This record gives sequence, structure tokens and C-alpha cells, in this order.
Amino acid sequence: MRRVLEGLLTPLVSIIIAIIIGMMVMLATGHNPLQAYAALFSGAFGSTYNLSNTIASAIPLILSGLGVAVGFKAGQFNIGAEGQYWIGSMAAVWVGYSVKGLPPVLHIALAIVLATVAAGLWAGIIPGLAKALFGAHVVITTMMMSYIAIFLNKYMVENGPMMEKGFTPQSPVIQNSAMIPKLIERTQLSWGLFIALAAVLVVYWLLFKTTLGFRLRAVGSNTRGAKYAGINVPLYMVLALFISGTLAGLAGAVQMLGVQQRLYDSFTSGYGFTAIVVALLANNNPFGIILSALFFAALATGGQSMQLVSGVPAQLTDVISGIIIFLLAAKKIMPVIRKKWRKHLDLATERGAQ
Amino acid sequence: MFWHILAQPELWAATLAMATPLALPALGGTFSERSGVVNIAMEGIMLIGAFFGVYAACLTHSAWLGMLGGIIMGAVMSLIFAWVTVSIGADQVVVGMGVNIFAAGLTTFLLNMIFGYGGTPTSTPHLPNIHIPGLSQVPFIGPVLGQQNVVVYIMLLAVIASHYFLFHTNLGLRLRAVGENPQAADTAGINVWNMRYLGVIIGGMLSSLGGVYLSLGLLNSFEPNMSSGRGYIALAAMIFGKWTPFGSLGAALLFGFSTALSMYLQGTGNISTNIIQMLPYALTILALVGLVGRSTEPAADGIPYEPNK
Repeated sequence: MRRVLEGLLTPLVSIIIAIIIGMMVMLATGHNPLQAYAALFSGAFGSTYNLSNTIASAIPLILSGLGVAVGFKAGQFNIGAEGQYWIGSMAAVWVGYSVKGLPPVLHIALAIVLATVAAGLWAGIIPGLAKALFGAHVVITTMMMSYIAIFLNKYMVENGPMMEKGFTPQSPVIQNSAMIPKLIERTQLSWGLFIALAAVLVVYWLLFKTTLGFRLRAVGSNTRGAKYAGINVPLYMVLALFISGTLAGLAGAVQMLGVQQRLYDSFTSGYGFTAIVVALLANNNPFGIILSALFFAALATGGQSMQLVSGVPAQLTDVISGIIIFLLAAKKIMPVIRKKWRKHLDLATERGAQ
Repeated sequence: MFWHILAQPELWAATLAMATPLALPALGGTFSERSGVVNIAMEGIMLIGAFFGVYAACLTHSAWLGMLGGIIMGAVMSLIFAWVTVSIGADQVVVGMGVNIFAAGLTTFLLNMIFGYGGTPTSTPHLPNIHIPGLSQVPFIGPVLGQQNVVVYIMLLAVIASHYFLFHTNLGLRLRAVGENPQAADTAGINVWNMRYLGVIIGGMLSSLGGVYLSLGLLNSFEPNMSSGRGYIALAAMIFGKWTPFGSLGAALLFGFSTALSMYLQGTGNISTNIIQMLPYALTILALVGLVGRSTEPAADGIPYEPNK
């Protein structure tokens, strides 16, 4: 229990400091921070409808956040979750509209399996092998693959094979049998929530209760040590990126089958990038990811109503996210400040004694 | 058809023009990593330079003061990055990612806050193109080298100056020593932290100049996320260029060529523009995997230096 509380301390302090900085920005730009934060809060949690939508947008964040966390645990900084999300989305939508005559559960399962495998290969084959065989930086390769996936998605719906007949750049709607049913009608919240929660359990079990997970973590915490212990390091690097990609692809699939039901022409979903922040805030803990995904989902849905009600641009929430990463990475700031403070106190007491 | 395209001077002029916003941050990254700090924050620092360049240019009605403003804000952002990574010893890659998300949010926020949802004014002064007398008249070479934007020439001078600084001055030697073996450098009386601050801040100024070029040189306006991954491509260019100024320029030219080619092919209409636009990104991966071979980074790159350890 004590350990859990201590684990929560740094994220909480970071969030609080970031929110205070956000307040100062609003004051400096002539807005009422209390009104803005109140709008943000009620936009995120104020009604069943808002709350459902917040939880709904936490689902892709939980899944892609898990993906980033698995990569992190194995020492692979996969910042290309955005692209893997799109690959998963494309595969799921394609199965969703082109395969006909399957019973619902089977259709959804087929779409999900294909989406996760496609996204896993997208991350595992090129960035994974490039890292394992050539030592290419994962940060760059996953980011580049992300841009390629985004353009692939645009191609597919603008003039590629997935474009619906007509002039609107979008794909056909998926079959009814491929739609994940809604948990609460007329909101975005679907049964995908339980897929996300199940994924949390599976990832926890995988990372901490299996040999595979132990080896992944060993490669992440001490690559050289893992090598001397006889672990096939390149293999586990590829596997880490593969698993990481499957989770981001699952995020795309659940979002498509549960919420969007077709592919639109858009440049980013934003989920893949926020996933990085989600994983960092949770310190890569699978259960922590649920909380941190909810937090960032609330910022996103609440940010919209903040903009409507108080006129503060919604991007302020991105500023807050950036500051949070900064503070989390700089967690060593706390001991430094404490040490300086203590030295200061010691000097003061010494002077007092003299 | 392909050879016909290669004979167009406009293609080569565009290559140089599109290589500039890659070469500047690649050069910046070289300074930072030679001093031992992995800098993936170039993407964000470019955005900072691009936005504050336009903002300062609008305020002062001078593109030159705009450029100065962009560079100063890039330096400020890098100073914060340096403080957290060098003095506090935080994870450089994670903080770099934080800077990128922060900068993308901040610049879009300020864009909407200051200029409203209509974007930056079209009357923003922009950095001039320069016609070099004599050279600009020469056929073929003239349009390629003789009449580019002023930042292109600044970039070329910066490459030469950086090479001289890093490999032919005492200070440059010290900066590199700190990136290779900080313990030894410290023993020899070099202040490791100061050198790293220097590397990161020069790097930030060069990266933000790359951003200024995007907003005041090429486009004359600021768009959200207008760096569109160039900071990351620049990182690849720097690695491809083996952490040297001329190498970075060479790699940037290669990526610039693929961008220019994709712009050119878009006009022909045979292939989907979306497919062509993948070219620079795909080439980046190819460069990292096949063409470079194993390039060796500075030995202490990415490792925070803590004395007495």
C-alpha cells in the first residue's frame, strides 16, 4: 500500500504543478482560470453523456498506452503508435465492410485479429528488424513508419482501393455484424471498454508472470546482462515492438468497430502521441495506465467544452501534457530541491547555534 | 521522362531549398550530440522558431527581427531542455519528447490565442530571396545556386563555420571531448556541464533557424505542426552524416532531393500524391538501415554526467 501511494505521488505532484502553470497562462492571457477549469471538468464528467464519452475516448488511450508501455519495458521507445493505430484501423475497417455473412462475434474477432497482426508486423518487421540487425534508432524508424501509415490511410480513402463510391474521401461503412455494440446508447461508449480492461490484465500477466515478460524486461533493464544470461536479445527487441504494435493496432480496431464504423480522411487521431504521455504518467504500470488514460481523455473531451464556454483554445491541454512529461522526466528535481532546502536549513541552524 | 525531370534546374533549386530546413536542425543535432546530449527535441524547437519568428516579424514589421526573435525563443527553449537534461540529469529522450508535445501545443494555442482562428496575417514580412550578381545569370547553375532564399546561404555558411569550429578550434575540441569521455575531460579541467549547455543551445539556435525558414522563408505564415516530422528526419540526416557538419548537409541534400522529387512528381498526376509523399520518410529508414552501415555515435551520447561517480 505504501509503495502504491509513493508511486502515485510523483504523477500527482506533476499534474498539480502543470495545472497551476496552465492557470497562470490563462491569467496572463486574460481568461478566468476557475471558469475554464470548471467548464473542463463538467465537460468531462458533468453528465452521463459526457462521462460516457470520456470513458469512450480513454479506451484507445488505454490500449495504445499499453503498447507504448510494453515497448518501454523492453527498452524500445516506440513513438510510432499513431501509425500502428492507423494500420489497425485500416485492416479492421477492411474486414468490417468486405467480409460478408459472418455471425457478429466471429466477424468482430476476425477484424480484431487481422488488425492486431497487421499493426504488429508494421512495428515489428521494419523498425524491429532495423533495430535488431542494424542498430537503427527505434525513435526515428517508428516515427517515419508512422508518417508512412498516415499517408497510406489518406491514399486508401482519397483515391485508393478503400474509397467509397462518390466524392467524399471516406471508406464504406462496416457491416452491422462487425460493429461492437454500444454499452450506453447514443454515446460513444461501447463494449470495447471490456476489451481494453482485458488487455490491461493480459499485459500485466504477460509482463510480470511469464518467462517472455521476464526476458523482455531483462532486455530493457540491462541489455548486456540479458545477452550474457543467454537471452536472444535481437529476437526480444523484435518481439517487444511486435507486441507494442499489436496493442496500438487493437486500439485502432476497437475505435473503428465501436465508434467510427468507417475510415475518414484525417491526418492524426492524436491517440498515438497521447499514448506516450499516458504510459509515462503511469510509469508503464498496466493498471496505472487506466487512470492516466482517463485523465488525458478527460483533458481532451473537457478541453472542447472549455474552448466553447471560456474561449481558451483547447490546445492548452497539450501544453499541460507537455509540462507533465517534463516534470515526470525531471523527477530528480524533487530530491535536488529537497537537498538544497535542507542545506539551507542546516546553514540556518548552524548560524543560529553560533 | 525521368531523365527529363532531372534536367530541370527547378528540381535542383527545390532540392537545395527543401534540404535547408533539414540541414539546419541536423547541424544543430550534431552540436548537441557531439557534446553528449541526445536531442530529439529538434522537432519542437523548430516549431517554436517558426511560430515566434512570425510573431516577432508581425510585431516589428521586420522579417530580420522576426528571425532574431525565433532564434532567441529557440535558445530559451533549449536552455530549459539543457537545464533538465544536463543539470538535473533527466532522461534525454523522454524530455525531448516532452518538449515536442509541449511546443506543438504551445504554438497552436498561441496561434489561436493571438491571431484567432483565421491564421497568421498574409501581410507578414518574409525573408528575401537573394540574387547573387553574376552567378544568378549563369544558365542552370544560376537558378539553382544564384537566387535562393537568404537562409539557404546562411545555412551553407553555418555548415562551413560549424566544421571549422568543431574540428579546428580549441573550444570545438573541448566540446567533442565532453561527448566522448566526460570523466577525462573533467580531469583535464574542462567544465563538462558548460560545454553541454553550449552544445545544446547552439543546436537549438540552428534548429529554430530551420523553423524560421519554414515560416518566414518558404511559406510566409505559421501553420500548426508545420515542421511535419522534419526534426526527426534531421535526426536521421545527422546519423547518416556520421555526426559531422558536411555529412549532415550531404544527407539533408539527399532527403531534400526526395522531397523535391515528390513535389515534382505530384505535378505529373500519374501517381497518387499521398504515395509520393511517403518517399522522404521511406528513404530515411533505408538510409538508417542500408546505406549508412554502422555509424558510431559519440561515446558518452545520451548519458547524463554526474561528477564523483
